[in-house]
Amino acid sequence: MTSTISPQVRMANDIAVQFRHLPVDEAAKAIANHIRMFWDPRMKSELRRLVDEDPTSFDPVALTAAKQV
Amino acid sequence: MGLLKEHDFGTPAKPGPATVTVEIDGVPVTVPEGTSIMRAAAETGTDVPKLCATDSLEAFGSCRLCLVEIDGKKGTPASCTTPVAEGMKVRTQTPKLEKLRQGVMELYISDHPLDCLTCAANGDCELQDMSGVVGLRQVRYGYEGENHLDAPKDTSNPYFDFDASKCIVCSRCVRACGEVQGTFALTIEGRGFDSKVSPGAAELFMDSECVSCGACVQACPTATLQEKSVVDLGMPTRTVLTTCAYCGVGCSFKAELRGDELVRMVPYKDGGANEGHSCVKGRFAFGYATHPDRKLNPMIREKITDEWREVDWETAISYVAEKFRDIQARHGAGSIGGITSSRCTNEEVYVVQKMVRAAFGNNNVDTCARVCHSPTGYGLKQTFGTSAGTQDFRSVAQADVIVVIGANPTDGHPVFASRMKRRLREGAKLIVIDPRRIDLVRSPYIEAEHHLQLAPGTNVAIVNAMAHVVVTEGLVDRSFVADRCEEFDEWAAFIAREENSPEATESITGVPAEQVRAAARLYGGAGNGAIYYGLGVTEHSQGSTMVMGMANLAMATGNIGREGVGVNPLRGQNNVQGSCDMGSFPHELSGYRHVSDDAVREVFEKLWERPILPEPGLRIPNMFDAAVDGTFLGLFVQGEDIAQSDPNTQHVNAALSAMELVVVQDLFLNETAKFAHVFLPGTSFLEKDGTFTNAERRINRVRPVMAPKTGKDEWRVACEIAQAMGYAMNYEHPREIMAEIAAVTPTFAGVSFEKLDKLGSVQWPCNDKAPEGTPTMHVDAFVRGKGRFVQTPFVATRERSTRKYPLILTTGRILSQYNVGAQTRRTANVAWHPEDVLEIHPHDAEVRGIENGDEVTLSSRVGTTTLRALIADRMPVGVVYTTFHHPVTGANVVTTENSDWATNCPEYKVTAVQVGLKHAVDRHDAARDEEPALAD
Repeated sequence: MTSTISPQVRMANDIAVQFRHLPVDEAAKAIANHIRMFWDPRMKSELRRLVDEDPTSFDPVALTAAKQV
Repeated sequence: MGLLKEHDFGTPAKPGPATVTVEIDGVPVTVPEGTSIMRAAAETGTDVPKLCATDSLEAFGSCRLCLVEIDGKKGTPASCTTPVAEGMKVRTQTPKLEKLRQGVMELYISDHPLDCLTCAANGDCELQDMSGVVGLRQVRYGYEGENHLDAPKDTSNPYFDFDASKCIVCSRCVRACGEVQGTFALTIEGRGFDSKVSPGAAELFMDSECVSCGACVQACPTATLQEKSVVDLGMPTRTVLTTCAYCGVGCSFKAELRGDELVRMVPYKDGGANEGHSCVKGRFAFGYATHPDRKLNPMIREKITDEWREVDWETAISYVAEKFRDIQARHGAGSIGGITSSRCTNEEVYVVQKMVRAAFGNNNVDTCARVCHSPTGYGLKQTFGTSAGTQDFRSVAQADVIVVIGANPTDGHPVFASRMKRRLREGAKLIVIDPRRIDLVRSPYIEAEHHLQLAPGTNVAIVNAMAHVVVTEGLVDRSFVADRCEEFDEWAAFIAREENSPEATESITGVPAEQVRAAARLYGGAGNGAIYYGLGVTEHSQGSTMVMGMANLAMATGNIGREGVGVNPLRGQNNVQGSCDMGSFPHELSGYRHVSDDAVREVFEKLWERPILPEPGLRIPNMFDAAVDGTFLGLFVQGEDIAQSDPNTQHVNAALSAMELVVVQDLFLNETAKFAHVFLPGTSFLEKDGTFTNAERRINRVRPVMAPKTGKDEWRVACEIAQAMGYAMNYEHPREIMAEIAAVTPTFAGVSFEKLDKLGSVQWPCNDKAPEGTPTMHVDAFVRGKGRFVQTPFVATRERSTRKYPLILTTGRILSQYNVGAQTRRTANVAWHPEDVLEIHPHDAEVRGIENGDEVTLSSRVGTTTLRALIADRMPVGVVYTTFHHPVTGANVVTTENSDWATNCPEYKVTAVQVGLKHAVDRHDAARDEEPALAD
């Protein structure tokens, strides 16, 4: 079975929850930096597309971070 | 070389400076205090006759052959048990000693079969040698008296025989089993003339606690314990020194051959990792290399439903290059990639990642460490500055408190476990943190001080709780933290919060708060506290967080930067450290340097004459996602069976099926090969020439025992594919590849084949600052300068037990099998593990009507498989366990897409499942005894 949630959304949300102890701005910066450092360009493009297409699927901090990528 | 026989000094070396001077047969020698006369004599070149002594074991003093005379002393003391004293004058050869020794030998030989000429140990028998050395010419007692010549032969073990008729009851095997291996399976049964070696209570070896490590066989001075391969093939005549290709311990072995036929693998005494010890896999399970299942010729097919067609190398390589280029022409440069293998050499891995980055023109390279220790890479880099264990294996001998987290060393890393057990028997304290009651918790002469039997998925809560105790109870090493670390205050404020206390986390972990407090106090108060961990740490949704949590704990207590301490990953595969070191991750070039670093890229671009992309490529799970999405269509897989080892098999299969070209390079047509269009035969470790890097960063030479059975060195294959794709990668020998690695990788700058041949091995960093390597890291400063404390809040995995899936499945490995079993399943090791089984607690079994051996279904939200139940009270209620050594079981059919947040390492250790009875076993068949394997 293949998950129906987009991998980019799932992974961004998984990262975001790890930074929830930080203030939102700081967390978003850390999440965006992590994505920049470890994600392939097509994954980042897809992430940006999903931000526009389905922003509600994102954790709010993940969404803030994704917009910075 | 000819057959390498290491000099046996008779008793172990003693530590410390040489301060005691004695004279042996008139020759002065200065040795450390406590050294035996026997060893001192051996150091002058005089080998005192001996039978019960060998330098891997403490002196025993039973054979009475090593008697010596000491000026000014009465009697003839045993040289093995008598320590040297300043000014002592010893004589090892006098008429009196000669007579005594001959008398002793007469007794031995009077009860020994005189079949030397037809004996398997002929030429390698210490009894035979000693008979010659002492000048035995007669046996006055004759051979007709009471004897043991009719004692039965135990042939039950698949790898060695026990012929009691040849036993001289020297106890070397018994002591090796205890002192070296730490299993204590053997004993001397009976007294006086009735004394005999026995595996347990008069059992056969196969029915006993014996783990077939081979220590007893190696210690045996006669043919009593003898490899079956020597019996069948004869005594070897030459040796090739090489490195085991199983786990991350990286044991050095003497491959002993007769002509071109490998007769046996014998652990090498000077091997830095193993110092003469071995396990059942490295010692005996090498038969897969010549197994008939091996494919030796390249094969291609248009569609995966077609039959394979054998082709020559040139055709196969052209086909691969053409198809890859075609895919790239239609879908872009990033539409293909490669996976390197942790079973291959550094040199083989390096050329594959170079092929991807330079010839494919992208960073879509990853390695099987993705699914095991990638969180180690992330976590230790964030905190310490580099991705590697901090110690050498010897360091454990200096530890006062040992913490084992999410690892089962006696099964997964048995040779290191033997070192650890030795230290524990000497008095070091043990803390085990594991949902299962692993063998280390309670085994002969070892009992864990604390077993924190936590719920799967709650590691971070436990490590935070321990750190909370350290911080709030004044156990912080303030000067270490002040001098060596940064961001401590922020971390300390975080960890001191009530939510991290043992009391608050008790409901999460299931571990009583007092136990956690006691364990934290023990570790925090230790002189030397050492952490060893395995995949039970990394293969979680918070795998990277847990690695950082352990690093925090070690830094807070000052347990970094000297012998006996540290944070030490027990790596799964033989070269998983090396494959990571070589730049196999899509975001890093060799030496763990990010691709976004312009200066680092420039070094490679200049040498390779190709631009390198500054952004990371796809990781393995991302490759699968992209394949399903249709943007990733070609994959080169070097020696990894992703279809069997990676999680969520259905998703993996869907991804592989969606690709236009899957190239598998392997020994066997593995599960992944079912989806492959090209099969390129790989070489076994016996055919490789290169290096492996083990879990302690030790770079060991792998030397070819035989020519490649495929007709081509494996490193040449990647070079030729690159060449066919238009990028020249020319090397004449793997030493040239290592020279290039050294040229571009600061931590390898001082490494060369020549140096490795001279020193045996080196541990990186090996460069101008440390020309002979670095056994202990972060001694005066961390690699990143200051050690960095990172806040590690516990976040529960989304994988929860539910009414539908009320149990939690965790996976692992067992002693006799290795990884996906491709190698060990093709050896006699299947005698111990013919199939994967599901371990289940008696309560969980009973409520489901399951009995031992029943066939059960194991279902998760992603899939269902079937296997047999093994009822085991070492499992906690609510948790089941299995291995993934057999493809027929397909354990990963049920594991999910959940992964570590930082690295995408799969969360193998937590899957919500249900278990149900499929078929009850035929109780009558199960109870039927097998015929005993006794032979005359």
